[in-house]
This record gives sequence, C-alpha cells and structure tokens, in this order.
Amino acid sequence: MRRVDLLVLYAVFFVLFLYGPMLLMPLFSFNDANFATFPLKGFTTRHYTGMSANTSMMTALRNSLLVGTAVSVVATALALPAALALTRYRVPGGGAILSFMMLPLVVPSIVLAVGLLVVVLRILGIPLSLWTVAAGHLMLCIPFGMTVLMSRLEGFDRSLEEASRDLGAGGWGTFRRVTLPLAAPGVISSLLLCFIISFDEFVISFFLTGTDNTLPVFLFSQLRFPNRLPSTLALGSLILVGSAVLVILAEILRKRGVASDNPGDI
Amino acid sequence: MSAGSTRTGLSLLSPAFLVMAATLLAPVVALVVMSFWSQSGFDIDRSFTLKNYARLVEPGEGVVWYGIRFPFAYPVPAVLMIKSLAMSFVATICVIGLAWPMAYFLAFRVIRNKAMWIILLTIPFWTSYLLRVFSWKIVLGFNGAINSGLMWLGMIKEPLEFLLYNPVAVMITLAHSWIAFAVLPIYVSLEKIDRSLLEAASDLGDSRWTRFRRVTLPLSMPGTIAATLLVFIPTVGDYVTPTLVGGPGGMMIGSLVQQLFLRQDNAPLGAAVSIVMMLIIAALVGLFLWLIGYARMRKRIG
Repeated sequence: MRRVDLLVLYAVFFVLFLYGPMLLMPLFSFNDANFATFPLKGFTTRHYTGMSANTSMMTALRNSLLVGTAVSVVATALALPAALALTRYRVPGGGAILSFMMLPLVVPSIVLAVGLLVVVLRILGIPLSLWTVAAGHLMLCIPFGMTVLMSRLEGFDRSLEEASRDLGAGGWGTFRRVTLPLAAPGVISSLLLCFIISFDEFVISFFLTGTDNTLPVFLFSQLRFPNRLPSTLALGSLILVGSAVLVILAEILRKRGVASDNPGDI
Repeated sequence: MSAGSTRTGLSLLSPAFLVMAATLLAPVVALVVMSFWSQSGFDIDRSFTLKNYARLVEPGEGVVWYGIRFPFAYPVPAVLMIKSLAMSFVATICVIGLAWPMAYFLAFRVIRNKAMWIILLTIPFWTSYLLRVFSWKIVLGFNGAINSGLMWLGMIKEPLEFLLYNPVAVMITLAHSWIAFAVLPIYVSLEKIDRSLLEAASDLGDSRWTRFRRVTLPLSMPGTIAATLLVFIPTVGDYVTPTLVGGPGGMMIGSLVQQLFLRQDNAPLGAAVSIVMMLIIAALVGLFLWLIGYARMRKRIG
C-alpha cells in the first residue's frame, strides 16, 4: 500500500507544480499593491475596474476575438473534409500528407513566423495586417482540428454510415444526416480549441501583425513597463480563466461524445 | 476501394492541403531560397550566394564558452546553437523524468475520474504560453514571489539576484511549460499495455520490479520517445522563454533569429541560421532514433 500512497502524493505535488506559478497571477491581481510581492496587502478589484476604459486593450481584445473566430471557423471547415478523406477514403500518400500537415506541432514557431514573414513581405509584397496573422494561425490550427476530428471520426461505428448508404442515401445525404450529427461533438471541440490556439498565440502574431495588436502582443508590449504590472496581471488572469473555461468545455464535449458511443475508449 | 472514391478522398483533402502548402510549405521554401541571397544595405541582393552559410563556419579567433573553443570569426550562432541544444536537452530530461511517474499514476492507479485528471493536465497546455512563461517571471523576479516571500519570512535580507535572467531560469520555465504536454503520449502507451502481459509476468515468477523493468518500461517506449521528441524539438528554437526570463545570459538560438530578422535587418543570414538549426535538430533526432533502434522497436511492439 505504501507505493500507492507515494504515487498519489507525487501526483498531488505534480499538479501543484503545474498550477502554482500560474495561480500567482490571479492572486496578485487582487492584491492592493503595485508589485507582485509578498506579504499580500489587502483585497482590491481596482486593477480590474480601469480595464474597459483602456482603449488600446479593448481594440486588441476585439482584434483577437475577430481573428480567433474567423480562424476557428475556417480551420474547422477545412479540417473536417480532410479528416473525412483520411479516415473514410483511400488517399494515395495519405500518411505522408498527414505527417506534413502535422509539422507545425514540432517546427519551432519562430521558424514558421520568419518564413511567413519572408513570404508576405518579400514575395507577395503585401502589408502586414490582421489578415496575415490569421493566415499564420490557420496553419497552426488545421493540424489540431484534424487531430480532434479524426479521432472523433474513428471513434464511432462505421456501419451506421454503411447502413445509410445501403438504405439509398447518397454520399452527401449520408454525410449530412449521419456523419455530421455523429461528428458534431468533435466539430464543436475543434472550433473551441482552434479559437483558443489563435486567441493565445503570440510568436506568429508578434511577427506578422502590422499596427493592429492582438491581445497577447498587447500584453507583451505592456511587460516592459513595471508600473503597468497590476493591470497586466488582471488582464492575464482574465485570459487564463477564459481559456480554462473553453478548454474544459471542449474536453468535456470531446470525451462525452466519444464515451457515449464507444465505452472503454478514451 | 474504387477509383471514384479515391478521387472523392483527394478532393476532400485538397482544400486543407492547399492552405497548408501555402502557409507552411511556401514559408519553408522561401526561407531556403532567402538563405542563398544576401543583404546589401537596405536591399536584398537576389543573386545566388553561399556567403551566409560560409559566414557561420568562417574560421577566426573565436571564443571559449564553458571550456569549448568555437574557432569562428562569427561564433555567436555556433555558441547559441550548442547552448540551446544543451538547455533543451536538460529541460527534456527533466520533463520526461517528472512526467513519467505522473503518466504511470494516471494509467495504473486512477480508476475513477480519469477524464477529470486528464482535463486537469490538459488545461495548462492549452492556456497561453506567454502567460505561463510570464508567471515564472513573477515567481523568480527581483521583486518576485520567492524573493519577497523569503524576505517576509526573514530568511534572507537582500533579494536573491541569481534566480531570474540566466540559463537555469530558462530551463525551469521550459520544463514547466512543456511538462503537461509530455504526460499524455506516455500515458497513452502505458494505457495500451495489455494487462494480461503483466499478470503473465507475475505468474511466471517476476518480482514487481523485474516486471516493471522487463515488461512495462519497454512497452511504454513508443510513447516515451514520442514525448521526448515532442518536447525537445520545439524547445530548441523557443523564443518566448529566453526573451522573458533568460536575460542576456539565457539567450537561445531563437532569440538570434528574431534579432537578425527584426533588429539587425539581415534576413538572409537569419534564414540560414533557421535552416541550419532545423537541419541539426533533424539530424540529431534521426541519430537518436537510430541509436535506440526505433525501427526494430516499432516492428516488435507495433
């Protein structure tokens, strides 16, 4: 029994290590002081109240919401047919194509960022804007969307689709009335995850944005000013909480969707 | 499958593929091309040259870094490359060492609420990388949580200056940022282990430790190796962590790429550094997989 206890203890410490540093941000954001230092002075919400009046922060928030929404919709719309192709059809070289599309998961984002910068500025000669940021985010999001959707499409019983075809539904009818409803949890989870990736992404936005900041780029620019630390902490805390809520939602949807049709599978 | 269904498959795949080709393949190709051009003043000279690559290995006086001599006229890229590899290597070892027991716990000890544990480990991975790194600045800073906490408790008089802005701070932050990412692949390979193999080992007289060493550990290798690579490869070129917590001493190769592109305005040289960095990482990964006999292992475990 001792071994079990040690592992449980380890797991608890692991989670504390994982969350500890991040939880300091919300903690200090409610502290009535201008530095992130112990001892805590007193509770205040004053670092939060000034936020809506900060126009550059609000513009950055609007930009991030805009890019995130557009990217998540487009990336999922592109990833769904691609995931269908790779799980339902025999595509020559499918494995190689999939490996290629998964490359953004391992290539350092600085390389992707400077590569995109070269294409945009030197080859296409178009000015940097939120459009170029969105293009970069699309490249990051498609692999994640495909991973989520492929595991969902592999997770449910294919005989349902065969039955639909046997009963006379065409390819499109089967997709709309059988595949899509069954894949819906995966689609929603892909939308949410792509949104979070885009909303939180920094390096590519930093390189590819023109004069329009996204929220992480704005946050980064604030880190240079020590006197803006409290409002940065408040903003960071809100982003953390927002992302966590979306992730929990996406994961619950994904897990529940898979579990309901395929017990025992994660 | 008929030819028709192959055609449908291709047409379903092609939109996503074309977007990826435009946003991933084109930039990489552009970087390769750019690395053979050169910077002259404010303009780019588009005639073919090997000058950028030659500059990286041009012999010269060089510097000595931690007892290693770099006999180059422009030793910065070589030093930063070795330094980045070493720092990522240490961070990766720490990540795997810390993540492994957690994955084991998840696979063999957690019976109820497994999904909850997995979500708990997934959340940090999805939340802003920038904020995760920034939170270490709050922990380690001169006016940070550790210093002010220790001074408050009366354990130190002056803030400790060695906490932030050095390679150790970068490695701690890198390890923390990637650790959640490493648990899942290891967990998946542990979860897939057929429990009857473990029973068989026990029935045939293996002790718990022998069973672990000869059955569990080898069968977990595909996931462990995947986790190692998924952490090592991106951390070598990381830019955010060295920028925020590294200071001048904690600089890595990603910081140099950024400087060459945005500050020093020498994109061709920056492109050459990026390409060489990716080639070195790819070569090391290939060497690593060959050394551990990955192909044979895959055939055996499947």
